Amino acid sequence: MTPGSARKEQIIRLMLAGVAGCSLLFLALIMVFLFMEGLPVFRQLPVTDFLFGMEWRPTAEYPEFGIFPLIAGSAAVTLVASSLAIPLGVMTAVWLTEIAPSTLRRIFKPVIELLAALPSVVVGFFGMAVVAPRTQTFFDLDTGLNLFNAGLMLAFMSVPTICSVAEDALHSVPVSLREASLALGATRWETIIRVVIPAAFSGIGTACMLGMSRSIGETMVVLMVAGGAGIIPSSLFDPIRPMPAAIAAEIAEAPFRGEHYHALFAIGMVLFLFTLAFNLVARRITEKNRLTLN
Amino acid sequence: MKRLYFLYALLGCLLAAPLSALPAAAAEEVIISGSTTVLPVMQKAGEAFMAANPGIFLAISGGGSGSGIKALNEGLCQIAMSSRDIKSSEADEGKAKGVNAVRTPIAVDALLPVVHKDNPVKNLSMDQLRDIYAGKISNWKDVGGKDGNIVVISRDSSSGTYETWNELIMRKEKVAASALLQASNGAVAQAVSKNPRAIGYIGFGYMNDSLKKINVDGVEATALTALSKTWPIARELYVFTNGAPSGAVKRLIDYLLDPQKGQKNVAEAGFIPLPKK
Amino acid sequence: MFSLLRLAALINLLALLGVCAFLFRNGFSSLSWELISQPPRDAMTAGGVLPCMIGTALLALGALLISFPLGVASAVYLHEYAGDSAFAGYVRLGVNNLAGVPSVVFGLFGLSFFVLTCGFGISLLSGVLTLVILTLPVIISTAEEALRQVPADFRQASLALGATRSQTILRVVLPAAMPGMCTGAILGLARAAGETAAIMFTGAVFFTTKGVNSIFSPVMALPNHIYVLATSGTEIDKTMPLQYGTALLLFLLILLLNLTAVCIRDRRQSG
Repeated sequence: MTPGSARKEQIIRLMLAGVAGCSLLFLALIMVFLFMEGLPVFRQLPVTDFLFGMEWRPTAEYPEFGIFPLIAGSAAVTLVASSLAIPLGVMTAVWLTEIAPSTLRRIFKPVIELLAALPSVVVGFFGMAVVAPRTQTFFDLDTGLNLFNAGLMLAFMSVPTICSVAEDALHSVPVSLREASLALGATRWETIIRVVIPAAFSGIGTACMLGMSRSIGETMVVLMVAGGAGIIPSSLFDPIRPMPAAIAAEIAEAPFRGEHYHALFAIGMVLFLFTLAFNLVARRITEKNRLTLN
Repeated sequence: MKRLYFLYALLGCLLAAPLSALPAAAAEEVIISGSTTVLPVMQKAGEAFMAANPGIFLAISGGGSGSGIKALNEGLCQIAMSSRDIKSSEADEGKAKGVNAVRTPIAVDALLPVVHKDNPVKNLSMDQLRDIYAGKISNWKDVGGKDGNIVVISRDSSSGTYETWNELIMRKEKVAASALLQASNGAVAQAVSKNPRAIGYIGFGYMNDSLKKINVDGVEATALTALSKTWPIARELYVFTNGAPSGAVKRLIDYLLDPQKGQKNVAEAGFIPLPKK
Repeated sequence: MFSLLRLAALINLLALLGVCAFLFRNGFSSLSWELISQPPRDAMTAGGVLPCMIGTALLALGALLISFPLGVASAVYLHEYAGDSAFAGYVRLGVNNLAGVPSVVFGLFGLSFFVLTCGFGISLLSGVLTLVILTLPVIISTAEEALRQVPADFRQASLALGATRSQTILRVVLPAAMPGMCTGAILGLARAAGETAAIMFTGAVFFTTKGVNSIFSPVMALPNHIYVLATSGTEIDKTMPLQYGTALLLFLLILLLNLTAVCIRDRRQSG
């Protein structure tokens, strides 16, 4: 290799590193701008009043910016969605890896991937046009746009995430473990419950965290079907106003760089921190898992 | 390798197709933003205006009166639609940025309290409306309807509709937190039309067959009662421009004010044309 | 006990089929030449969605045009150059977290940075740039996966023949990984085309009188149009056929893109 081409290689390497750094830069920019636009709201408002305030009245004459009902809405809808999606997703993953014949598996995998690719606005539209009127008349509710409907739609959207990540985890459990268990006389069911799932437990944990992170950050579905009332839900059929819905519904109407605008960015900050925490925990679990397996 | 070139070619075609849709020269552009009440009027007029003036490109978006005026101040739009007058704070802010908001009324609107078409309630007083929205009356049988919870639907926004409602009906009361908040007139109309227990309020043009308008204190909302101000919640709809309108903006506003053109669109959109001078 | 698992899988399948069936049953009759060749008319109660289709195509392809080279270059650096360096670790962490950021937060960022700070206004350009950041993680992770699947022999053979590292990557590794990268590109395209929250306040508007004016003008987009039709407008019930038609159209578009991606991937795996 000539010295000239060595230098050329060096330059190429540096340029590529620069491009790769873009992702970091973008993430940093997102954080900087989110905080830059969100923090000014705390000039007049203590952080605790913001996080634990019970009233969200951004456009009142004396506006109040308490986002606790919104956080509660997000938490409730994530809980409902997860309690449906986690069992469904994990069980489907177990079925796919352990039981399904390979032909069925080959059909099912793309179906799950397709489910993951469904645009959220289509799911939201479905919830609004099909599910809401039917649940409203079926259960004789005040409104079909509520926690239950939103949770159901979100579960529908997070099952594929949970299923495919959990499936990867189950897949990476060595065959020798299963064979050893079966050789010791365990049934297939016992092998799955006692051996395979515990071995893949951290991966399944990651799957659940990612699924929940998807539910908490999903916007269009909660915007269209959650109802939009800023209250702490007391029943499964109460309308709620989760954080992403509040942002999406109000940002177009909040005067630029006004107090309401800053408050919405502050909600964005909270949302960002929530999902960041979920993702970091999910990653932590995977890394720990890698260490123990090695 | 051949397959690869095929893929590149495919990608190229996919890219070229929409690019060819781009016009050779950019047309003169008018960005319009603001009140969702004025939106249908502007859209109707815009469609007709475009046919007569193909050289002018209109982009219309909703958001609410407050955000429209703010966008005008920021220079993000040329016309702000509003269902209320400009506030002095907004005007001052515009002046600081060199924007002088000029008001032009384009139509009259009557704010309608509406219920589902199967709801037997026909008339409510101003006080009853306020108490329903404040959460003090929560059952339809207290106002002469069937037994059942009242589902209160309100607007969540800096919309002029909300502010008018707040000012004329609610006075100092707060809308109950349990109210379902919708982001536009259309969403309120949609939610009420799907729910026999709901009550909402919308602009005159959003009235349709699946809704029933409520008389207030015995007065029915019509074009006449709105123009004569007997209807207690009537208002004018405005557009705001930076300085006196000129160029493409002026042509659009002239079109809107023309009794044979824009004012007809106002009526088609379901609103009330300006009284003839 | 196994039947429980089977039931879970069945519920998933039924849910998807249910959604498809509803969309098809109600939307199929609205799918017409008019829908894809006409602009909306009569306050969106009639006509088609042509400007929205053009807008979505420009947004998604524009985003891909920028994010694909960026993503592939990043993946090449991560897989071929950086190895396990600390910087690469940070970049991977960044990409992973970027992938988890909710789309509405991308929208907020786009509004604050591109629309207001850069002064692009609500425009095609702002929308495209926001979508670039949104799709980048998808592109990077699939491109890296594609590079991982290129056998090390290829690289060693090329290097042994006297090629430099960059020549090896350009002439040997990238062509071999291209089908996998295309899969990623198409998935990114599908993601961008179906995205609503990120473009709602950066690039898409309620109504424009023509398709597209310039890159500094706002556009209409399919996902946003569904939202608009379903929640605003004076007579929402009248637009129901259009709503189903538009939703079905978007669904079919995404379906087609994903099937293409799956086909490319499967052919590579079997071939």
